[in-house]
Amino acid sequence: MSIVATAESVRTKQTRAVVVADETLAAIEARDGDIHAFLHLDAESIRAQARGIDSQIDAGQHPGRLAGVPVAIKDNLCQRGVPTTCASKILEGWKPPYDATVITRLREAGAVLVGKTNLDEFAMGSSTENSAFGATKNPVDPSRVPGGSSGGSAAAVGADMVPVSLGSDTGGSIRQPAAFCGVVGLKPTYGTVSRYGLIAFASSLDQVGPFARSVDDAGVLFEVIAGHDPMDSTSLAISAPDVMTDIDGGVAGLRIGIIPELMDGSSDEVRARVVAAQDALREAGATLVSLPAPELLLGLAAYYLIAPAEASSNLARYDGVRYGNRVDGADVSAMMIATRTAGFGDEVKRRIMLGTYALSAGYYDAYYGQAQKVRTLIIETFHRIYQSCDLIVGATTPTTAFEFGSKTADPMSMYYSDIFTIPSNLAGHPAISVPFGTGEAGLPIGVQLLGPALSEPTLFRAAKFLETEVGR
Amino acid sequence: MSSTHPLDANDVIKVASLARLSLSDDEVERFTGQLARILDSAAEIAALDLGGLAPTAHPLALVNVLRDDVVRDSLDRDDVLSQAPSVNDNRFSVPKIIGDAP
Repeated sequence: MSIVATAESVRTKQTRAVVVADETLAAIEARDGDIHAFLHLDAESIRAQARGIDSQIDAGQHPGRLAGVPVAIKDNLCQRGVPTTCASKILEGWKPPYDATVITRLREAGAVLVGKTNLDEFAMGSSTENSAFGATKNPVDPSRVPGGSSGGSAAAVGADMVPVSLGSDTGGSIRQPAAFCGVVGLKPTYGTVSRYGLIAFASSLDQVGPFARSVDDAGVLFEVIAGHDPMDSTSLAISAPDVMTDIDGGVAGLRIGIIPELMDGSSDEVRARVVAAQDALREAGATLVSLPAPELLLGLAAYYLIAPAEASSNLARYDGVRYGNRVDGADVSAMMIATRTAGFGDEVKRRIMLGTYALSAGYYDAYYGQAQKVRTLIIETFHRIYQSCDLIVGATTPTTAFEFGSKTADPMSMYYSDIFTIPSNLAGHPAISVPFGTGEAGLPIGVQLLGPALSEPTLFRAAKFLETEVGR
Repeated sequence: MSSTHPLDANDVIKVASLARLSLSDDEVERFTGQLARILDSAAEIAALDLGGLAPTAHPLALVNVLRDDVVRDSLDRDDVLSQAPSVNDNRFSVPKIIGDAP
């Protein structure tokens, strides 16, 4: 059932929000022991929220577009009074004193906030293996990773524990786990969804977005959370883009670019599904145009300087003074060193050190400065590409979900799984991953659609079309 | 073109100190290898001639955002302090910052 249908049933009392909540709790009880998608879940709070929705309906009020719809939340989004850890020991036990704007908007729409989902510590990783509280399993094959960093939110939807969830995407952290778990995932245009209350990793790249079982559900959730927020100074001064009105408009007449480099090095089974998607688009009346753009592959190296540089600054705030955990020391400096050394995991330390190095005197020009120029090059390359096409179709990830432990010893091999998703973050553009069949081992494969800033209505139209063609 | 040199253990010890992290000898060795490999891949862009391009720090053309100067609620002090590791007299409390007098 779509989330619109669920909300309608709840509003018309064909079902009750408390019944939906109990079904959700039963699904989580049945699956999450194996999957470990959730870091925090409070059954009483879920039931209390649902009772509140039902009372509003009984009183003749309209609780909102997501009345009674269960939504899981990545644990780097602040929810007042609810533990928010970023999957880091340094924040274990911390309860934010305020709601992120996306949480406020979900509450105002009548959604039921189910719980906080697992991630790579501070959203740094591509497998959830960097969580301080244990990895999440891929619901399709528990010997494999769910992807990351938003692996818990992807797995919770993939395992049918919740219909929709929120994640965050800095270099692919929504789209890559969506592809690995066989669900829809959107990285919106930078500035369309408020970052207020999203715990910062790399502020010029981070964006909150939806996971869903269907393109329609992702579109509705996106419309609910998007739109200007005065609490985020990088929020665009626009109302939420309307993606639902034309979502069934099809792809006839669209010009769709194929960037050979955005399939470079992908496995045969991934490539085969992307080609099948291209064929489907062409047969439906889209014009496909090949547009080589080798510059986009430079994004990976630029990203792994820019994101750590911003992270090294953002994570300086974890000093054991105002929130989170403290390890005592003889003086304030010793306390800060002991706190950060004990509180951060290896990947976070690696990125903080990498970023500190890239920004340090003598290396700034060679590393961070060059990476910023590559960022300009990538934006200009996209600008050139979008003179000739409306959207780009390609692979979300080079491979299907990999096995636990297969990339942990070599950070570069882990980073490589983001190579096709990173360029959109560097440019601030939207991109969506749609499940498009499976590979030989039955593992999900995602097709990625990329577009210029604020092209979400077109992206959703094309994504909806691919969803109907998934059987081909 | 800018120059870079291979990262060594002394560099790692220095950046760890700047970032307020303490590393064991084993960690210094392990992180040096891993960070050097990441920087190797960064060398491809460090070597590019991008002289004509301006750097991009942010995807949006940011301008100052101002709001009307009106009083509004801020976070509740007790809520905020309740989450701090150590509090004294409605203030965040830390170990001594300045050493003992001689």
